[in-house]
Amino acid sequence: MVDTKANSGKLLDIRNLRIEAMVYPPGEAPKTITLVHDVSLTLEKGKVLGLIGESGAGKSTIGLSSMAYGRGGVRITGGEVILNGRDILKAGPKGVRALRGREVCYVAQSAAAAFNPAHKLIDQVVEAAMLHGTATRAEAEKRAVALFKKLSLPNPETIGERYPHQVSGGQLQRVMTAMALCSEPDLIVFDEPTTALDVTTQIDVLAAIKDAIRDTHVAALYITHDLAVVAQVSDEIMVLRHGRLVEWGGTRQIIKEPRQEYTNALVSVHEIEHKEQQPGTTPFLSVKNVTAAYGGGHVKVLKNVSVDIYPAQTLAVVGESGSGKSTLARAITGLLPPAEGTVTFDGRPLANRLADRPKEDLRQLQMIYQMADVAMNPRQTVGTIIGRPLEFYFGMRGRERDKRVAELLDEIEMGKGFVDRYPAELSGGQKQRVCIARSLAAKPKLIICDEVTSALDPLVAHGILKLLLDLQQHEKVAYLFITHDLATVKSIADSIAVMYRGEVVRYGSKSKVLTPPFDAYTDLLLSSVPEMEIGWLEKAIKGRRMESAGN
Amino acid sequence: MSSPILRLVAQRVLLGLVLLLAVSVLIFAGTQILPGDVAQAILGQSATPEALANLREQLGLNDPAWLRYVHWLWGILHGDFGTAQSSGLDIATSISTRLKNTLFLAACAAIVAVPLAIILGLIAVRYRNGFVDKLISGLALASTSFPEFFIGYVLIFVFAVHWQIFPSISTVDDSTPFLERLQAVVLPATALTLVVLAHMMRMTRAAILNVMQSAYIETAELKGLKPFDIIRKHAFPNAIAPVVNVVMLNLAYLIVGVVVVEVIFVYPGMGQYLVDHVAKRDVPVVQAVGLIFAAVYITLNIVADIAAIVANPRLRHPK
Repeated sequence: MVDTKANSGKLLDIRNLRIEAMVYPPGEAPKTITLVHDVSLTLEKGKVLGLIGESGAGKSTIGLSSMAYGRGGVRITGGEVILNGRDILKAGPKGVRALRGREVCYVAQSAAAAFNPAHKLIDQVVEAAMLHGTATRAEAEKRAVALFKKLSLPNPETIGERYPHQVSGGQLQRVMTAMALCSEPDLIVFDEPTTALDVTTQIDVLAAIKDAIRDTHVAALYITHDLAVVAQVSDEIMVLRHGRLVEWGGTRQIIKEPRQEYTNALVSVHEIEHKEQQPGTTPFLSVKNVTAAYGGGHVKVLKNVSVDIYPAQTLAVVGESGSGKSTLARAITGLLPPAEGTVTFDGRPLANRLADRPKEDLRQLQMIYQMADVAMNPRQTVGTIIGRPLEFYFGMRGRERDKRVAELLDEIEMGKGFVDRYPAELSGGQKQRVCIARSLAAKPKLIICDEVTSALDPLVAHGILKLLLDLQQHEKVAYLFITHDLATVKSIADSIAVMYRGEVVRYGSKSKVLTPPFDAYTDLLLSSVPEMEIGWLEKAIKGRRMESAGN
Repeated sequence: MSSPILRLVAQRVLLGLVLLLAVSVLIFAGTQILPGDVAQAILGQSATPEALANLREQLGLNDPAWLRYVHWLWGILHGDFGTAQSSGLDIATSISTRLKNTLFLAACAAIVAVPLAIILGLIAVRYRNGFVDKLISGLALASTSFPEFFIGYVLIFVFAVHWQIFPSISTVDDSTPFLERLQAVVLPATALTLVVLAHMMRMTRAAILNVMQSAYIETAELKGLKPFDIIRKHAFPNAIAPVVNVVMLNLAYLIVGVVVVEVIFVYPGMGQYLVDHVAKRDVPVVQAVGLIFAAVYITLNIVADIAAIVANPRLRHPK
């Protein structure tokens, strides 16, 4: 829009980009590491390029380089970023400010954090357009309302008067897209815009973004780790790994005929064959008509929930955020004593409150969490962390304990070398493995896994799921597996409970739950999971029977 | 404005009143356990036992302590702080002029110190870890680290003795016209400003730096805003609560903690009044001044609390 020189429709041309950062590893001298190695890409006007890879692949870093921005201590040390015919790395602070929010806009992963809580939405949406003088306040507001409408936000005329905390996550993500479009840029960088959303909300936001891109002819860099998502919106896909280009091609070619082994691994990552086990005769843990509430009984978050767990089997609990999945886990562990109903374990009722349960009951139920790094004491070594339940439950000391720790490390495929490491020295997947070893150390009958793979990259998550399945075979441990990800459910579950607004809406063996006819909510949930197929999004939107709760 | 805010504010005010009542009990009890006898103190060592007994009866010293407390509190609620033992003057009248003087001095210092501290804080954040930031922090810390009497005498030496532009003695009375009064407090107000500046500046800087880590600051940066506009428009509104808190603490200090500066500049304020009467063991005056100081502290802290509540959009605009 700014200038239409005869540059053959090329909007962005990144040449041999090199990006470095200072890191401060614990116990070592600070050093410079290279995040992006000589990556080049070009983007034509109105086209969408998907950048895909695991965390640490340099996707966001490359995306932000199109705004000459380096997050934290990140520095662009080599190459050229040519936007609209000029190298913006040589533009100087003033020149860079002139293009940010004008030629290139940014949509962040968490809109909830990216909006300023102190200002109304409309003030933030029109800010860039007014700052760069592309519109007067009145014009910008008119444009914003039109964009709110296009992104199918409720009450487009008045939603701008609200503050960020008054709007749901899915809606905020769309408002952020409107904010990016409001200054009519040439390029938008979408940085994992739907990753933090529920699967049922994600599909709406994805469709809204896709329509907006089509109607405004803006070009986009779409950054995500989910290949199925990026396949819906991109013209081309670039696969990155460790800051290097792996493969770059048309969307169809990448997902149908990947040329590189790594791309192939990404494409086929979701498939683990897991044969469903028939439920045994008697469950060892029964949740009967449990109702639980927060705020002294005012906010009911679990309504009359009943599920059974059989020895050495997996019950998966699925549903969107706020459906009561984690609350069910809290009720079973006694962290949130149920208001009504009982939890029976081995034929006897468990005390409602955690404080009333004997140590033996505590040992039998262990938990693993989504955020492995905050679930461990950063000042303790892996050996201390895994050894703690051995001391606490079994009174093991000294050599006996160390031997058991070594065995457990072996079971999680990590080896003895890790005993003296601190959590900060481990990767995300390794941290989660240590958490698994810690819960196994107690030799429990049941491990409650609360979104344990949600924060991990697909390939790493894949490894964790495989490990969990192996451990189930060896240790005969049962899992209560809480997740919002249906692909994970298919890989690990023997039976499934679908939760919606505090109630179990569908419950039974995996094959039964996943076989039609479906109830409306399960149908919505299943049909919202992105499939690696071009045109899936349009088909899915058309075939839907109900709106998601996020709206 | 809807009910949650009103409820929270009402809660704070009520809590403040309860606290003030508790403080009044403490002050009264504290002065009761001090050694010495009021009648003895008034009449001196040579008084006859009869005269002492009469005076005790007259002053109500034979009543139980709780009854005397109720009388004392009842009087204060009606604006009667009793009479000073040392001079026989009505405490309320003496205090009112002195409180006015103290508030005037505090206001003069605050009008300069608060905006200056906040602006310096903003500038320090803008040039964080650079030369300007270090210069501001260094000077502010140095000015706070010098004892206030030292700053006071340096100011007197430079501006009153050497250049002779301001008076070294800040004595004022009711008939002093406003401009002269202003001229009189320039030096003490400057000394006070230098004392409280650093605390507020450092807190502003720290609170804003904390907010600068937020994702929405990155959003503002990527909109192309100038660094100072980002701090002013996007960071400062979210740092108001801690800043107001420390500002209020310093305002309270300006009112109740200025004893030394008042003495140096011979300024007839509350601090000097209190010190004089502590020396004379004048219990009613000490009680009255103590209660007023407590009220100032509590009120300013309530104001800080309320400001923090009102500054929070989540409370101002509930879902």
